[in-house]
Formats: sequence, C-alpha cells, structure tokens
Amino acid sequence: MPKFLIWIAALAALIALPHGLSFSQQEILVFLTINVLLVASYRLLTLTGEWSLGHVVIMGVGAYSSALLTKKLGVYVPISMLLGGVIAALIAVLLSFPLFRMKGFYFLIGSFAAGEIIRLLWKRFRDPFGGAKGIKGIDPMPDFSVGFYQFDFFEPTSYYYFAGIIVAVCLWILWRIEKSPVGLTFHAVHWQDKLAQASGVNVRAYRTLAFAIASGFAGISGALLAHYIGTINPNAFDIDLMVYVLTWAIVGGTATFYGPILGCVVLTVINEIVLRELGLEQMRPLIYGAIMILSILFLPNGLESIVQKFTKRRAAEGAPERRPAE
Amino acid sequence: MTDFLEVKDLTMQFGGLTAVDSLSFKVAHGSIHGLIGPNGAGKTTTFNMISGFYKPTEGQVLLRGEDISGLQMHEVARRGVVRTFQHSTLFAELTVLENALVGTHMPFRPNIFAAIIGWDSEDRSGAEARAKEALEFFGLDHVMQERAGDLSHGHQRALGMAVAYASHPDVILLDEPFTGMNPEETRQMMDLMERLKADGITILIVEHDMQAIMGLCDTITCMSFGKFLAEGGPQEIRNHPAVIEAYLGGARHVA
Repeated sequence: MPKFLIWIAALAALIALPHGLSFSQQEILVFLTINVLLVASYRLLTLTGEWSLGHVVIMGVGAYSSALLTKKLGVYVPISMLLGGVIAALIAVLLSFPLFRMKGFYFLIGSFAAGEIIRLLWKRFRDPFGGAKGIKGIDPMPDFSVGFYQFDFFEPTSYYYFAGIIVAVCLWILWRIEKSPVGLTFHAVHWQDKLAQASGVNVRAYRTLAFAIASGFAGISGALLAHYIGTINPNAFDIDLMVYVLTWAIVGGTATFYGPILGCVVLTVINEIVLRELGLEQMRPLIYGAIMILSILFLPNGLESIVQKFTKRRAAEGAPERRPAE
Repeated sequence: MTDFLEVKDLTMQFGGLTAVDSLSFKVAHGSIHGLIGPNGAGKTTTFNMISGFYKPTEGQVLLRGEDISGLQMHEVARRGVVRTFQHSTLFAELTVLENALVGTHMPFRPNIFAAIIGWDSEDRSGAEARAKEALEFFGLDHVMQERAGDLSHGHQRALGMAVAYASHPDVILLDEPFTGMNPEETRQMMDLMERLKADGITILIVEHDMQAIMGLCDTITCMSFGKFLAEGGPQEIRNHPAVIEAYLGGARHVA
C-alpha cells in the first residue's frame, strides 16, 4: 500500500515540521495553516462559478463573532470558534439575498461593496466592535492535556497542532462535499445553469448553499486567527489580504481541490523564507504581482497543472485515469 | 386519451411585439405532439413559456389541471415537465456520465449531511444506475467517461435527451432535436422517440424537419405569426390549405 505509506509519511513530516523551525517561523506556520483553510473554503465558492471579494471580511465576521462571544458572553473558546463559523454562514445567507441577484463581474463588485459595508460597521460602532482599534485581549484557547501531549497555547507549536487538527477536519468535510452529488451539482450550476435548472436544480439555493458553506469555514479560520493573535481590527481583513487569497488561488489553480492550497503554501514559503532571507520583505506586493502575471502568462492552469502532469503519467501506467471534474 | 397538458390563451409580449397571441392547444397523454410553423412563428417562445423559462404575459399552462405558468423552471421540472435546449446545451466540461448524473437530480435529491457522513451510498449507486440506464437507452454507454464537449454532434444531441430522460419525466419538451443530423441519425433518433412513447412519456416537439415530424407525430399544431393556424394528424396538416399558404405563400402572391 504505497499510497497509505505516503499519507503516513506526510503526516509524520507535518508533525515534525515545527521542531526544525525558529520561533518566528513557527508562528508563520500557524498563519499558513489558517490561510490554507481560508483559501480551500474560497475554492468551494468558485465551484459554482462565482468569485467573491468579500471572503476575507466574512473570515473577519467569524473572528469578531468568536471574540465577542468569549468576551461578552463567556462562551468556552472552541465552542465559540464553531459558533463564529455558524454566524459567518448566517451572515452569508443574509448577504445572498441582494448579492445573488447578480452574476459574474457584478457579483464580484457587489461582494466587495458588501464587505466594505461590514468593515465600516466595525469601524463605526465602538460598542461592541471596538471601532478602528478593534478588539484587544481576546481570550486565548485554554490549555489542556491529552495525556501524551500537553497543549500550551503560548507555544506556537501547540497552536499549530491544534489548528492543524481543526483545519484537517474542515478540509476533509470540504473534500467530501466536493466529491458528493452536491459537489457535482455545484459544477453543473457553474457550467450551464439553464440546463441544471431544467433538470430540477434550484440554482439560487445551490449558489446560496455554496456561499454559506464557504463562508462558514472562512469564519472558522477567522476565529482560529483571532484566538491566536489575541487582537483583531477592521484593517486586518481589508482588500490587501483578499488580493493575497486571490493570488494564492490563481497561482495554484482552481481546477483541483489541492490547487489553491498548493498556491498558498508555495507563495508563503517564497515570501517568508526566500524574501525574508534576501531582505526584500517590503517588496512583497511587487513580487506577488510579478508572480501572478508570470503564472498567468506561462502557467495558466496554475501550479496544479505541474502536479497533474506527474500524476497523469503514473495513472496512465496503472489504473484508468479519472479526469478531474473541471 | 385524457387532456394532460393544456395551453390556454397563452400570450407573450416583448415590449410592443406580440410573439405569441392567445395560443391554445391540448396535448394528450402518451402522445407525440408536434409544434410547427415558419420561422418566427413563436414556437420556441411557446416552449419557453411552458417550461417556465419565460413568464407568459397572459394565459395559462395547465398540467393535469394545475396551472404551472409563471413557475420557475426547476419547479416546472419537478412537476414532471423536462425540456431540452436548441443546439448542444450540455455540461461540456463534465464527463458524459456526470452529465447524466445531473439529470438524476430529481429522483435522487442530494443531501449534504448524508454526503459528508457517507450515508447516501444507496442514493449514489441508485443515481449511477439510473444515469447508466439512460445512457444505454440512447446508445451512449460506450462513451461514458469521455468529456461531453468532445462528443460528435449526434451524440451530443442524444446526450441532451439522455439528461432529460434520466429524471423520469412525464413530459419531455424537445426543442429542434433533429437540427444538424444526417438522415441516418434522424432515423435512429425517431426510433428512440417511439420507444420513449412506448415507455408512457408524452413528447412535445418543435421541429423544422418535416419528414421527421410527419413520420413521428400523432397530432400536429401549426402556428404562424404567433397565432394558432391548424391542428390535426400528419395527413390533415399536409393537405391543409392554410398551412400550405403559411409555408409557401398564398396563391395570389405567386406571380
């Protein structure tokens, strides 16, 4: 069972990974783990053919919700994270009423406007959102022990393991959804919404469903972030981060499940290891822009197309290949 | 035969243009009903109103006595009226099998929670069996894993019908199914439609290919400039003076 062994090896590498890194690199690893969930949830939305510019703000909704639930109502932290995701999904359902009157480019701009409105509300209302300064002193995840391992959440390594488990579960759920008949219906809505409708698919409901699920998982990623850094403000969820999410998705490619994750990991590694070593950190937007243009010109199907080349060769030798559904 | 699908005083206006003008006809259960007329007669508009793609300005579409006009397309589909589209409207990027699986959306409604936990294996295998059955019916089982966009034109038309057939419809609305087919393909397609009819499916068909229409239909409704012109069996329509005039022009216009 070589495939099984590959998974075990990958898991062992992920567990061992933080021990070979410096403290600041461990922190970056935590952010990377959270961003993987963010970009993977974004892909679920793109399955139905809609691209949103409000995804990062929705992540912020999860972060604010979870932070406020713990601060004002004293909700236990892991539960508040889950509720943060639920609230983000509910906000998405509300937003879907005006937004899904639009399609394509109009939806893109509409989602941006909706996101900015939410950010302005955070800035405007000092109570409870804390205005432009945001919320400080968010309760951290309480420490606990599972017998063989003591979780101490001032250690990035511990939080990395904790976030890693949550993200892995979320990715598994996202993957199950995508490979299910529901995922197939998302594809159908994307490629021919009229024909899907003639087959009895409630197109509007499926668009809303994809938007709500994607937003829910984005909300969980936001909550993970909030309880790690302990402080959030409206500017942490601005269009800059959204552009990074788009860059990860486009450079990685959105045709496969792993494409955007690959883009996120590769670009973060390039940014944090290579640029930081070279002292070019300040030029991150410039270099990201250049990478995006180069990848559109020379790698239009994203980094995933390189991986596909290798896996296809292997598939051609073995079992008959099953084409990815996009 | 009972009145199954009835179109009553159906009118569609686009701004000042009346595309369909109080059209009425009845489709008997289990029959093949043709809708013909010269270009621009309003056949496709009528189709779009029956299938819920357009909301009629006035009039009703009655299915088993229930008014279905103005419902959304998926709501009409869920009542058993499934349509195909002109040209090859398919999920071109998906495989042939996946296309047919989308067609099974109604009999095997996906459930997201069951899908995550894995409790829907019965539904999934049921949907797959139904999709394969539909593909076999239309002779597409040998291209199941190919991309729908890569199929030949004839196969694409057949797949469009297979997607509709997979949903166990009561009525299939076929919008110009023979366009661009050679005589051999047309003949095969006519056989398949006879078999659909034998299955108890009612077929309403808009078509330009007169040979196919005359050979296939039990009843034909002819319309011209949005208005009802004549109705009857193939023989009647073929010799109907008004129909001949609509297609060929009146005797007085002939120089």
